[in-house]
Amino acid sequence: MATFAQTVFILVVMIDFFVLASSRLKAAIAAVAAQGALLALLPLLLAPQELHVLHVLALSLGALLVKGIGIPFLLRWAMREASVSREVEPVVGYVPSLALGGLGVMLAFAFSATLPIPTPEKHPYLVATSLSTVWTGLLLVVSRQKAVSQVLGFLVLENGVFVFGLLLSDFMPWMVEAGVLLDLFAAVFVMGIVIFHIHRTFSSLDTGKLSALRD
Amino acid sequence: MALVVLLPLLLGALAFALPSRRERPLLLLAGAVGHSAGVAWLWARPGRGLEGWLALDAPGKVILATVSALFLASAAYAQRYLRLRDDRENRIFVGGLLVLLSALSVVALAQHLGILWVAIEVTTLTTAPLIYFDRDARSLEASWKYLLVCSLGVALALLGTFFLALSSAGPGGPHSLVVGELVAAGPSLSRPWVRAAFVFLLVGYGTKMGLAPLHSWKPDAYGEAPGLLGAILSGGITSAAFLALARVLQVCGAAGEGAFARQALLAMGLLSMALAGIFIVGQRDYKRMLAYSSVEHMGILAVGLGVGGAAGAGAFFHALNNGLVKGVLFLAAGSIHRSYGTKQVDEVRGALRRLPLSGPLFLAGFFAVTGAPPFGPFFSELTILRGVFASGHALAGCLFLAFVAVIFVGMGAIVLGVVQGDPAGCPERPGQEDGWGNAAPALALLAASLALGLYLPPSLRDLFTAASATVGGPR
Repeated sequence: MATFAQTVFILVVMIDFFVLASSRLKAAIAAVAAQGALLALLPLLLAPQELHVLHVLALSLGALLVKGIGIPFLLRWAMREASVSREVEPVVGYVPSLALGGLGVMLAFAFSATLPIPTPEKHPYLVATSLSTVWTGLLLVVSRQKAVSQVLGFLVLENGVFVFGLLLSDFMPWMVEAGVLLDLFAAVFVMGIVIFHIHRTFSSLDTGKLSALRD
Repeated sequence: MALVVLLPLLLGALAFALPSRRERPLLLLAGAVGHSAGVAWLWARPGRGLEGWLALDAPGKVILATVSALFLASAAYAQRYLRLRDDRENRIFVGGLLVLLSALSVVALAQHLGILWVAIEVTTLTTAPLIYFDRDARSLEASWKYLLVCSLGVALALLGTFFLALSSAGPGGPHSLVVGELVAAGPSLSRPWVRAAFVFLLVGYGTKMGLAPLHSWKPDAYGEAPGLLGAILSGGITSAAFLALARVLQVCGAAGEGAFARQALLAMGLLSMALAGIFIVGQRDYKRMLAYSSVEHMGILAVGLGVGGAAGAGAFFHALNNGLVKGVLFLAAGSIHRSYGTKQVDEVRGALRRLPLSGPLFLAGFFAVTGAPPFGPFFSELTILRGVFASGHALAGCLFLAFVAVIFVGMGAIVLGVVQGDPAGCPERPGQEDGWGNAAPALALLAASLALGLYLPPSLRDLFTAASATVGGPR
């Protein structure tokens, strides 16, 4: 199981890089959805023996439904609604942001090596993966212009927090679930995008012209 | 405890269900009055709830009372305000405010850092749609910024909370996030994780508090939100975030990372005061000016908390004063905004003449907030300053004084421009005359601040000292 978990961690970090480099929102949303689905595997792979099977299954299924399916679906809806398909002008270019992302991952691995892990039975890559993903998410939110890409960045950040939460699952099971509350933000963001779009449509229309329906 | 947490929540649900927008503001008043009664009850006999996860201690008492007083005044102000704005649907506004009140109470009561985090997140989620009350492009932009910046902060705070939980998971650790247990286990916590946790929690809750350089959402949100929401944001939510940082500092101190944490707070506090000074001078919008004043006062709180001891007691006193006076200013500014229909300083003159109640209140609020005697903030700032010098931070003390002086001059120029002169020729909105309905709540808050300045009961003084003692620091 350990090698399988290792593969998952490596894939999660690779998706970080993919999202940093992609300009097409549709591909980026798909990648983040895949990352969410991968994270759903982790509770199953890392669960200690003594934890309730039901609890682990619920956590895994919840993560799959929310991170892998629900939020990506909402985002695609918002994308269509607001008719954006590309991140046209990122504040930081793709190559520099990839370089910054790489630097962050290196630092995350170096930093996590210096921190003592009180629960050593967990996977050694966990903290590094979590911190790299958080860093990638922050980078995305700060460096992108389009609201949909910013929400994607927030989702990536949240995925990083979720990975870290798995370290606590043995002794504080419900704290991990609290992290799912973060997804509420993501949902509200999507609402915001749609409202924003509707608003723009209306305000570009001169209200003086809205007098046709009059007796 | 049910009165301060469950009652507002229940009334909030009722507000969402109620079909008539005319009666809804009354729910706000009922929630505020019930909350104040609950706070009085809890002050007299603090209980515990939820296996000790909720309990009222000295720091919680101060913040809970601040929130309650501010909310009561704002609810009274809302009666007339929402009647004047009868054209707007207020379902979300009233319901959201009541849920917010409940969440703020939980923050004040929470002894468990996980619950504290959840409550802080709820405050963020509920206020974002409230900023969008005006339903125009500017308020939408403001609420988007608020939501984006604060949600990043809240996510980082969760990571910090996780770090803290992990620090308690070593052999012999408490495996807990209850503040009392963490403090008791102090030295057995894993110190590198505690330090990392503090950095993330400072960034996270510092964002909610609006400390520089994490304050970017503040001017927009305060500028666009209705005046009474501005009052609750600047006096209630920021105070709640301040309390969250105080709780975290308590744990860091017990784990032996107190010196590092205090230095960071002191530096961020001074930076906030400096940035506020830079942006207040030359500000052209009087509501945004109040936002920078809030950045300044959060800086003062951080300095007080960072120095600790007597200055810490001053910081808790100042949190109360800041809440009361910010209420005066935002409510009066809201009335001025209603009457003139603009927030631009260049187009507003003669508020003293046009608004014979709110104009003078705005002026008096300015003197109070900039620390002029005999109002409360003068004495709390003096206490903090004395603590700063007594603990040997002479440079910090001098900078503190310089920043306060710059801000006094900068704000003074703006406020005097707004209140003096002849209102003829300024834009005017009909039907927005000044009345006791919108002036009396602000006047009550101002009177409370004045009373705290003229006579501070020994029991309150002891309360502030006790609150500061939980956080620790030099005697």
